[in-house]
Amino acid sequence: MTTAITNPGPPAKFRLPFEAPIADMEARLVELETKYANAKAGQDNEAPAIGDQLRRMRRELAGLVRSIYANLSPWETVLVSRCDARPQTRDYIRLLFDQFVELHGDRATGDDPAIVCGFAHLGDRKVMLIGHQKGKTLAERQACHFGCAHPEGYRKALLKMRLAAKLGLPVITFIDTPGAFPGIEAEERGQALVIAENLMGMSQVPTPIVSVVIGEGGSGGALGIGVADRVAMLQHSYYSVISPEGCATILWKGNEHAPRAADALKMTSRDLLRMGVIDEIIPEPAGGAHRDHTEAAANLKSFLLRSLRDLQGLSKEELLQLRYEKFRRMGAYLELGTESSEETAAAYQAP
Amino acid sequence: MSSPAPSAAAGSIGLPHSAGLNPGDQPIMARERARKATWQSLAETKKVPEGVWMRCDGCKATLFRKDVERNLGVCPQCDHHFPISAAERIAQLLDADTFEEWHADLVPADPLGFNDRRPYPERIRAEQERTGLREAAVVGQGFIKGLRVVFGLTDSGFIMGSMGSVVGEKLTRAIEAATERSLPLIIVSGSGGGARMHEGVLSLMQMAKVSAALARLNAAGGLFISVLTHPTMGGVAASFASLGDVILAEPRALIGFAGPKVIQQTVRVNLPEGFQTSEFLLEHGFLDRIVHRADLRGLLAQIVGYTTA
Repeated sequence: MTTAITNPGPPAKFRLPFEAPIADMEARLVELETKYANAKAGQDNEAPAIGDQLRRMRRELAGLVRSIYANLSPWETVLVSRCDARPQTRDYIRLLFDQFVELHGDRATGDDPAIVCGFAHLGDRKVMLIGHQKGKTLAERQACHFGCAHPEGYRKALLKMRLAAKLGLPVITFIDTPGAFPGIEAEERGQALVIAENLMGMSQVPTPIVSVVIGEGGSGGALGIGVADRVAMLQHSYYSVISPEGCATILWKGNEHAPRAADALKMTSRDLLRMGVIDEIIPEPAGGAHRDHTEAAANLKSFLLRSLRDLQGLSKEELLQLRYEKFRRMGAYLELGTESSEETAAAYQAP
Repeated sequence: MSSPAPSAAAGSIGLPHSAGLNPGDQPIMARERARKATWQSLAETKKVPEGVWMRCDGCKATLFRKDVERNLGVCPQCDHHFPISAAERIAQLLDADTFEEWHADLVPADPLGFNDRRPYPERIRAEQERTGLREAAVVGQGFIKGLRVVFGLTDSGFIMGSMGSVVGEKLTRAIEAATERSLPLIIVSGSGGGARMHEGVLSLMQMAKVSAALARLNAAGGLFISVLTHPTMGGVAASFASLGDVILAEPRALIGFAGPKVIQQTVRVNLPEGFQTSEFLLEHGFLDRIVHRADLRGLLAQIVGYTTA
């Protein structure tokens, strides 16, 4: 984490549609670099001028990346959050933790690779780490169902949280799923029940829980490991009650309207912070976490350490009470007849 | 508190008589007819004019609507259970005139400024006018055969019974009241819509909120009976509806996490016969009993009776 790695950015096949101007400039930059190298090698006296041009273009490129990423639309954010090159739970395990002892068993059905659990060292802290894994290679993706967990995954997660609680270890969860798997076996094995039990169970885990949406926060499948004392989102992740495609299909009869749904659902980190659903936005490196895994991991680590430090002084009772109140407060409604709602009440008069 | 008169039949014999719905059931002896009680706040609900005749979704028979209504909203020919309104449900289950509604003054806000084909506040107003309800959930307290309970329901007629902030808040308050007053809790869910997308991630968070409240009720030793009716899906199935100490369901209700269409599109195979029905869930161990609507009141009273040793 200390060595600065010059990251050339993701390979071309990971380019997102709105990154075309970046790709263009990067291509021109490569050309100019070659020209500069040749000029220097040939003792050409134009070399210093080309060198200046090169430095200018590098600055321009950095500016371009920053400005494009500062103004991503909600749909573009969804694309970034799903980008193949974006770091996943196992990448962060490698980059953040000094030790990882993976634990597989759900003690009932089988192992679900879509949720990874294990003991880990974060700096000098011992924690239980739980995270969705989407998979990098095609084979891994298929085994992980693209990050869509089955009941055994959620059951495993809750079991390991309870183990952590017994040992007095805090829990860290990384959320990155399009949603819990919609399949026949998943229903047969109680998908709804296991998510419900996780929500209920997590509200009572007596050690600190810190959750971060690192990519996709897809509805119940995300929340199923997301009931925590501190909840944050990486800047370009999303968290939503329904996928933009699902919403578009229901409301506008076609998933080509997904960009419109992404906008309507208010699912970006800024929206969630504003609505009080998350505590913090963790900044990503310029151009997104996929451009610099190391810097993304460093930002994530500092958030985790700070959060664990904030929570460590609380007694079990205080911790559970504060966690209860945190979710208890969420929601937006009016109470007719109370002062705060008088102005808007007229709009909601019951018939 | 007085018990309603015609309640003796099923309740006094022991087991309820949803014959054949659960393995080992006994044949029908009698069917309790729940009384047509009136629930004050809904008494003057204006009925949407509907036809005199209706078609059964189960057996496709053409039915005289009055016959269905007299039969608790159940098809007299094939026992298909039609969804019923909040008012009808309360009248069927609780002792006459004992229901006291709580938090009826909670109404939805529009945190996202959501607008699909019409603005969300407009949609809410239209649903309110159509159903006579302010929101999809109704909570309060009442008596079942003289036993005091905290009672809540979601009405599938109001934006598909989906859970937004008001539904989550009402249920949470009801659960907290049950915890504080040491009363049994009954929630009848009819929520095909799951978590309501019109309120975005705030609806999702209601799942955590109600589940945390239920964890406290559980820790305090409270009894929660969850009754699943057609349909109970998504975020409602994946929160309070699945967390009952006792979980009951009406026959042939659709109950599950993901919708059948979504599953079919994902796995691209035909779904098995009876997939995601009450019977399917009972077979897979996720339900305690399937209960005919006519027996529900008697059964609930029996189970609540076990809270006092």
